Amino acid sequence: MNSALSVRSISKSFGGLRAVRECSLEIAEGAVTGLIGPNGAGKTTLFNIICGLFRPDSGNVHLRGRDVTGQPAHRLFHRGVVRTFQIPHEFAGMTVLENLMLVPAGQSGENVFRAWFQRPRVRREEHAIVKRAHEVLDVLQLGRLSGELAGNLSGGQKKLLELGRAMMSEARVVLLDEPAAGVNRTLMKTLNAAIRRLNRECNYTFCIVEHDMNFVRRMCNPVVVMAEGATLVQGTMDEIMADQRVLDAYLGGRRD
Amino acid sequence: MELLGIANYLVLFLTIAGVYALLTLGLNVQWGYTGILNIGVAAFFAVGAYTSALLTAPATAQPPGPGLPVAVGMLAAMPVAGILALGIGLITLNLRSDYLAIASIGIAEIVRLFLKNEEWLTNGVRGMAGIPRPFAGVDIAGWSAGGALYLALTIAVIGVVFAALQILYRAPWGRALRAIRDREVAAEAMGKNVLWFRLQSFVLGSAVMGLAGAVHVHYAGFIGPEAIDPLFATFIVWVMLIAGGSGSNLGAIVGALAIWAVWSVTELLGQIPEEPITGFGALRVFLIGLLLQVILLLRPQGIVPEPRE
Repeated sequence: MNSALSVRSISKSFGGLRAVRECSLEIAEGAVTGLIGPNGAGKTTLFNIICGLFRPDSGNVHLRGRDVTGQPAHRLFHRGVVRTFQIPHEFAGMTVLENLMLVPAGQSGENVFRAWFQRPRVRREEHAIVKRAHEVLDVLQLGRLSGELAGNLSGGQKKLLELGRAMMSEARVVLLDEPAAGVNRTLMKTLNAAIRRLNRECNYTFCIVEHDMNFVRRMCNPVVVMAEGATLVQGTMDEIMADQRVLDAYLGGRRD
Repeated sequence: MELLGIANYLVLFLTIAGVYALLTLGLNVQWGYTGILNIGVAAFFAVGAYTSALLTAPATAQPPGPGLPVAVGMLAAMPVAGILALGIGLITLNLRSDYLAIASIGIAEIVRLFLKNEEWLTNGVRGMAGIPRPFAGVDIAGWSAGGALYLALTIAVIGVVFAALQILYRAPWGRALRAIRDREVAAEAMGKNVLWFRLQSFVLGSAVMGLAGAVHVHYAGFIGPEAIDPLFATFIVWVMLIAGGSGSNLGAIVGALAIWAVWSVTELLGQIPEEPITGFGALRVFLIGLLLQVILLLRPQGIVPEPRE
């Protein structure tokens, strides 16, 4: 199987804390890979490194065979990697629709001079983007909230909006940081359906950090377990659950 | 005669309010759109004013200059202020906003000291006099209409700037800036080059401030380093923007008018006591500060809130 993303012996320290140590990970093209592990295992740090928020102390990240280590987040986005945040990072002062309309790359209206002097072209593009944004909102069942300020949404709706932003991009590798945390059952169903659909119909590759084991069992294969900054085991959920090392990591077992 | 006096005062009032409206519009691009905390407004105002003054001063002025047309001076004020902003922005815009604020205070002070001390260029503390004033001396039926005509020019300039900024606010450009203001990390994750957008916003806002300086200098016919007093050129502009409604271009203009009206009325009040109260200047600043507090408490979004698409 081809790797969409491959993480090769990444290390990252903050002062004396070694958050990620010699961590390697392969995210297969077209799969929904789950990344689990106890709090403080370094999952979010690893995400931040992959997404270019932090530069690793050593090791590298390859995207479809190309070294992208330490590239800034905005450039990685244009290479096809998009992420969501553990704590929703909505644009609170903008409407739900605007939150989505922001995303598409290569908008000519983002250039000052085009915005002034090529207004018909900008208007045409905006028209297409609005249409696409409404489609995404319909999939996420947020249609009736399109004019609402994103800051007024509930926690669960904000999570959906984050996924919606990923759907607005051309990205095909999507990293979700705890998409299910704080989402109620009804919204969760919508969220699951959206992820499945993107994965199967649109061939998105997902890597999902999540603590909700039911969610992981339902959505992810393979599952990767991280502990103390490194990957511990990889396999199906059942294999993982049967592994003594995983239990030790979660429950604090004996150290050899 | 009385009526004429009032008309003349109104023209004076509106022209200065117009200069402030331009400054506030410039600051709105930086703070209102993008959240860039620039406390060095005075520096860009001064650079614009001096640029236009240096280019347009006639050979007879003090100090003499090349005497280029006023339009050239005004148009040049924008790129010069913009280039200064570009230089400063490249160094400071990756700072967090509070540190940027501190840096911008320092830079405004450097600009002030430069203009004050480089006598060969700026005539130092004596300032530059004899700057051309378009329409000065124009007479319509016995009324010297120069002031009114210049006011009309000022309003036209504001109109063009307002329209240009309004288009940008509604365009994807403005949307990207507002996203950066709301959540910088997420905007970056959505592929926006945050530093580049912040730089553009800073340069554009500063160019408008430079234009304000040029409009001011051709109204006053004089510019000296005291024009860069942070109270008049920075503090009051911030009050205007926040009172008017930061994020809203219309709010910026309304705020400039409203605050300048309050400021002017309190000046008239200061002349009522037989012996002018010596501390009145400070009292006015206090009153403006109080007004700002009241607005922030009762209407935090400002007089004209930011529009929602």
